[in-house]
Amino acid sequence: MIHLLAQEASPGAMSDTGIWISNIFFYVIAAVAVVAALKLVTTANVVHAALYLLVVLSAVAATYVILGAEFAAATQVLVYLGAIMVLLLFGVMLTRARIGADSDLDHEQRWIGGLVAAGLGAVMVYSLWEGFGSDKLPADMQPQRTQMVSDEIFSTYIVPFEALSVLLLAALIGAVVVARRD
Amino acid sequence: MLATVAAEFAYWQTSIFKLLMAFVAVLIPAGGTVYLYLFKMVSFLQSRLGPMEAGPYGSLQLVAEVGKWAQKEDVVPSRADAFVFKAAPYVVLISTFLLVIVVPFGPDAVFADFDTGIFLALAVSSISVIGILMAGWASASKYSLLGGLRAAGQLIAYELPMVLAVVGVVIQAGTLNMQGIVEAQTTGEIFGWGALGHPFILTQFVGFFIFLIAVQAELAQTPFDMPVAESELVTGYMTEYSGFRFLLFFIGEFATANIFAFLASVLFLGGWSVPPFIMDAVPGLAPQVDGLAAALGGTTGVAEASFSPWFNLIGPVVMAVKMLALTFIVYWVRFTYPRFREDQLQSFAWKVLIPISLVNIAVTGVLKVVF
Repeated sequence: MIHLLAQEASPGAMSDTGIWISNIFFYVIAAVAVVAALKLVTTANVVHAALYLLVVLSAVAATYVILGAEFAAATQVLVYLGAIMVLLLFGVMLTRARIGADSDLDHEQRWIGGLVAAGLGAVMVYSLWEGFGSDKLPADMQPQRTQMVSDEIFSTYIVPFEALSVLLLAALIGAVVVARRD
Repeated sequence: MLATVAAEFAYWQTSIFKLLMAFVAVLIPAGGTVYLYLFKMVSFLQSRLGPMEAGPYGSLQLVAEVGKWAQKEDVVPSRADAFVFKAAPYVVLISTFLLVIVVPFGPDAVFADFDTGIFLALAVSSISVIGILMAGWASASKYSLLGGLRAAGQLIAYELPMVLAVVGVVIQAGTLNMQGIVEAQTTGEIFGWGALGHPFILTQFVGFFIFLIAVQAELAQTPFDMPVAESELVTGYMTEYSGFRFLLFFIGEFATANIFAFLASVLFLGGWSVPPFIMDAVPGLAPQVDGLAAALGGTTGVAEASFSPWFNLIGPVVMAVKMLALTFIVYWVRFTYPRFREDQLQSFAWKVLIPISLVNIAVTGVLKVVF
């Protein structure tokens, strides 16, 4: 599956060297993401954990770029890195952000958590393997055009899109109501 | 002619060339504006001469300053989080370099021609906030932490009007691609009169002013310098930094100012292109029918006209002139106005700028449909 993803990377009709290079980049980025994800759950400092999460999310954005999905990559950076992570770091630093190891970050239930994570990972690997298996993408695949994305959203998927925006608006108003105790 | 020369280089050769050019595009304008505006212009505004000793007319003062910083001791506070403390300036600098790669300097003189150009630029510009928060936290100092938090709050607040101000331009151009925006302004017409093209500052002046104000705030320049207010926070998140790492923050700040000016000139002033009447007057600059059109259309998908390859040489100069004009405004305001209070600063963003930019988007959308 991983090999397939990397092949998809070739923007346009790419030579074998191109596929080979994008494979290397994919594996480097994937390794960074996995190591950072492991450090994220094992680190003893809450700000370090947030920064490792940042690395994971940037690596995901980099993978999107390799896959030719520029719009998804830019959205990932704008929403996750630029907004959610900044807000998270802001909140953590405003409330509790000691420098050095924090003893109460660890948890009795960490083995159960590990089991759940392993099970979830197994399910995802299995379903992706079953779903795509040895599928190959066409060699002349082009990077995804932003215009194609927007055309799809505002024609085929207009109803789910509008439903989602109403849902988000409701959540926003709900958050304001909960936060304001006048 | 130039296009054929460019085609003879291998991919790795153009990549190395682009890497070197990225450093040129970040460092040369930063050094230039620091000397011209921070050293000289402010001195004249304040009726003094500014640096005069190092080099003719003080022009080598910056070299002396960099040498001074480079040889200073790299101090890390003893209770600081050393790794995060050391990494923070690089995160800010990474944001600067990621910003410059989407800026086009000519029809082919572009680091990476992203389909989502301006959207990506606005996205990566927010990475610098993370570097600032890292610096503020890792310094283990109250001044730094408060400065970092203020900076984060301010940058989140002013990112929104900036994005919304750009939306008007994107609606008018019909593309997020930077080259497409340049082209829309060059080939555009004002009620059928095309001699000037259609620089979007004429129709998007509201967006232009909001963008400039938001840039001023994103860069934490006076009157939006609450995060580094020296009378109460020393220099905010930069307080504990010395030597080379302080220099990195310094470069990041001024280089980002220039790159935002580059972005503003692409969005509102027509980018690397010149008005069509100049293009028609100068032989060799007139748009060509084919050849480059195919090359440009193949990469951007929006190009209809084709530009003379000479614009790869003229473009950077045109961009530099526009950038200098816009950064002049940034520093002029910086040295003229007093500081906003924290609450005034926030309410100005949320209660004034964002509503105006939303109205601007609505009006632009209606007019786009009507005309």
